[in-house]
Amino acid sequence: MKARVTVTLKTGVLDPQGKAIEGALKSFGIAGVDSVRQGKVFDIELSTQDRAQAEVLLKAACEKLLANTVVENYRVEIV
Amino acid sequence: MKAVVVLFPGSNREGDAVRALEMATGKKPQIVWHAETELPAGTDLVLLPGGFSYGDYLRCGAIAGRAAIMDAVRAHAARGGLVLGICNGFQILCEGGLLPGVLMRNKDLRFICKMQHLRVERADTDFTRAYTKNQIIKVAIAHGEGNYEADDETIKRLEGDGRVAFRYCDAQGVVGGLANPNGSTNDIAGIYSDKLNVLGMMPHPENLIDPLVGGIDGAGLFKSLVAA
Repeated sequence: MKARVTVTLKTGVLDPQGKAIEGALKSFGIAGVDSVRQGKVFDIELSTQDRAQAEVLLKAACEKLLANTVVENYRVEIV
Repeated sequence: MKAVVVLFPGSNREGDAVRALEMATGKKPQIVWHAETELPAGTDLVLLPGGFSYGDYLRCGAIAGRAAIMDAVRAHAARGGLVLGICNGFQILCEGGLLPGVLMRNKDLRFICKMQHLRVERADTDFTRAYTKNQIIKVAIAHGEGNYEADDETIKRLEGDGRVAFRYCDAQGVVGGLANPNGSTNDIAGIYSDKLNVLGMMPHPENLIDPLVGGIDGAGLFKSLVAA
């Protein structure tokens, strides 16, 4: 079973990297970019075939390590 | 004062920490490997040194904050034992749940390596008794992720409970503005735990203990610890 975890900064948390990327896009003449927030994607292969079990495991992985919930949100997708 | 320095893969300031502790205590502190599950018996102070533990992969201090030795460090802190995290050590303390908040990328995205003045916010803790309240000290900073952030409620609590240890200032002691190198909330350079026995700070006092390298303002912190 495969899963994708997306970790993004919470709204309101300063993201200087996102700002720099946003500035670069604008300077490259890519019109219509209002703002950029940078995040992380983790593609994870699981040994289990049980969806419920996978969800529990992935939540634990996010809470324990993948996301710092002080400043980050996470989203789990089983694909 | 029995001090230990925890070594993670990627730590690189442990030598400076050992030297500062040895100078202050007269004894070489023991180095403890991150995979250990216990601290040596009778440990008074645990120092988490600077560096780039685990290559700063994922987030600074994230993996080290969950290393085997950290359970022992958390238990030591819960017993009232002293813990000092410097630079990456501060990031590890935040990621490891010993201190609130998080160290984010510097606001101008640059790694900053320079001398920096700090204001000592209180001189009645085990870490700062050799200083005076509001004393201005000059130490070094060297970090890319030193921008302290926490939610409003946490900041309010830290401020209200007197848990800000040091603030960034200029040579005249003026706090904030251009003297804030990284965008830290309220110019915070270091914070204490609620019982004041855990201190995390971005600057490097351990690098300013010898007149040969430009000052000895960092020595006060280690002198304070010896008297603790």
